[in-house]
Amino acid sequence: MEKIDEDKLIDEVTGKNYEYGFTTDIESDTLPPGLDEDVVRMISAKKNEPEWLLNWRLEAFKVWSEMKEPDWAHVEYEKPDFQAISYYSAPKQKKELASLDEVDPELLKTMEKLGISLEEQKRLSGVAVDFVMDSVSVATSFKEKLGELGVIFCSLGEAIQEHPELVRKHLGTVVPQRDNYYAALNSAVFTDGSFCYIPKGVRCPMELSTYFRINQAGTGQFERTLIVADEGSYVSYLEGCTAPQRDENQLHAAVVEIVSHDEAEVRYSTVQNWYPGDKDGKGGVFNFVTKRGLCHRAAKISWTQVETGSAITWKYPSCILKGDDSIGEFFSVAVTNNKQQADTGTKMIHIGKRTRSTIISKGISSGHSQNSYRGLVQIHPGAENSRNFSVCDSLLMTDTCGAHTFPYIEVKNPTAQIEHEATTSKIGDDQIFYCQQRGIEEEEAIGLIVKGYAKDVLNKLPMEFAVEAQKLLTISLEGSVG
Amino acid sequence: MLKINNLCAKVGDNEILKGLNLEVKPGELHAIMGPNGSGKSTLAAVLAGRDLYEVTGGSVDLDGIDLLDLEASDRAREGVFLAFQYPIEIPGVSNLNFMKAALNGKRAHQGQEPVKAKDFLEKVKECSSLVELDGRLRDRSVNEGFSGGEKKRNEIFQMAMLEPKLAILDETDSGLDIDALRVVSKGVNAMRSSERSFIVITHYQRLLEHIVPDFVHVLSNGKIVKSGGKELALELEEKGYDWLKEPSHDTSNA
Repeated sequence: MEKIDEDKLIDEVTGKNYEYGFTTDIESDTLPPGLDEDVVRMISAKKNEPEWLLNWRLEAFKVWSEMKEPDWAHVEYEKPDFQAISYYSAPKQKKELASLDEVDPELLKTMEKLGISLEEQKRLSGVAVDFVMDSVSVATSFKEKLGELGVIFCSLGEAIQEHPELVRKHLGTVVPQRDNYYAALNSAVFTDGSFCYIPKGVRCPMELSTYFRINQAGTGQFERTLIVADEGSYVSYLEGCTAPQRDENQLHAAVVEIVSHDEAEVRYSTVQNWYPGDKDGKGGVFNFVTKRGLCHRAAKISWTQVETGSAITWKYPSCILKGDDSIGEFFSVAVTNNKQQADTGTKMIHIGKRTRSTIISKGISSGHSQNSYRGLVQIHPGAENSRNFSVCDSLLMTDTCGAHTFPYIEVKNPTAQIEHEATTSKIGDDQIFYCQQRGIEEEEAIGLIVKGYAKDVLNKLPMEFAVEAQKLLTISLEGSVG
Repeated sequence: MLKINNLCAKVGDNEILKGLNLEVKPGELHAIMGPNGSGKSTLAAVLAGRDLYEVTGGSVDLDGIDLLDLEASDRAREGVFLAFQYPIEIPGVSNLNFMKAALNGKRAHQGQEPVKAKDFLEKVKECSSLVELDGRLRDRSVNEGFSGGEKKRNEIFQMAMLEPKLAILDETDSGLDIDALRVVSKGVNAMRSSERSFIVITHYQRLLEHIVPDFVHVLSNGKIVKSGGKELALELEEKGYDWLKEPSHDTSNA
């Protein structure tokens, strides 16, 4: 249905006079603040996009203009002024620093605790790095290997130029332009992101991580990622990194779409550690992300996320289990401290027969933060013998934080099996004392207890990510008890 | 080794220890008995550094170190071990990782390198056989889903792993059947040495048949009211505690 709609819209829009050619010469690399149709056209032109994509963006903009910013989430913030944002600036050359001495010492301390190598510390904090033979050669052999298998892994911008048919076929099929306010905005103005295609029957031999796209470093404000796993293929994709990411952009509205064709499997792991703001939450990043995957027959999509950053997190990685026997999974640890607010969870939409989903959500709240789980399990009438199992646990570190659970369950087929477990507990003084009595210091004890609590989720992360994520949990909660 | 001098402690407004004196020399095993609410468990918790209790007076000296001045974790690293009456469950944390963190904490305190995996596992094997703790329990989360007896055996296993200078056993016999009691006692006896001291808190003489004390003290209303040899325990078993009880302050004030 969506496809027909889309085609119709494309037809409609392309019928109009096209005011800006592809070759419009834009003097400045940064557009002045504000958003209107012209800005959308300019972004598209700047990126030398085909007409169908421009029309797609314009449709999104039209939809967005008529939408209202949602306010149902359990978060409070001053709504951004969307006309005060500049929607395009050429990949910003971050100001290069001469040495690590110029980097915020707090930032370095955290990176050290995370066990990030010196070279990596430099790269992450924008220090000019000398030619690093190793990392370049690794990246090169990585690309060669992927190329041999026919795996495409590049920026979305590049994919639009090099593989337009693949992009056109899948873009917006999982998260349509009109999906929600932020997704519509993203669809209109996204500047770049990642594209990944795994051909039929190929098992991608390495974890794909944006880390390897060295020249694409720096995250856009409106990122868009599209992952397509063709029949019977497998890929594990890593997003983000554990190092604290500072960004001058306060608003981030990304979209991630995954298409998992028949019998394909996609594992998507995220560690999100955007700047959460100061103790009062000032200056932190607003993270409004739409992530969704579509499973065809016997396909599987697995979302694993460790969320420790951002002032506001609004994020519900979801699975549409359209094909029979498809599987959706969601494993999440969300930590909030100080004045952070997180409203996160998942949607599992069971459409096909014998579809299965698992949800494990572990919230950890500290300081004066608010941490909400919001989830929807929907069993459609045709989803015979489908099953869902959900666990939503909350751990409170202080008396001043809040943990909330909003589970929605809609069942329209009597053969479905739904299980939901939820617990809320406060970190025990008894547990901490027990550790201390064995010679484990308080901070370490808290780390140990929290890691134990989150173990079921951390275990789902790829090995290297898991080690860093564990350290990150400990660091995020430093000084939160006692 | 340990000198407790005129120790006073309260929780909230409730004074529990009211001038307790006790000296424990290296290699000695002291049993502390007494009626419910006399302050036995409080003494154990105060020595271990539980901050629920406020020390209002007195001193505790362990080999020249002012124990009351140290954090709970530092007391442990200086060699104080408390076997809990109710061992705590820590879901998701494996018993072995827990012990490794504990052992390495102590080693770091003594300026030693973290323990090597091979040495650690050998030690685990040795100590777990001491209390017949099977592999299944070692690999599980700390005390999670353990039976009462398994928890107590796990406490003694941890004690053996950490080789404390001073071990305090808080009602380790409570909730144990006779077989478990024998296993636990065997573990404790194997740990006795001329350098290690024990304070064994118990309600019942039964434990002291297996773990034979050098001294027995009766704690009543926050003070030690009677001390003697191991035969005192038998006398208490026969006569109860009433003949030793001091009138509490509440009644004397009334």
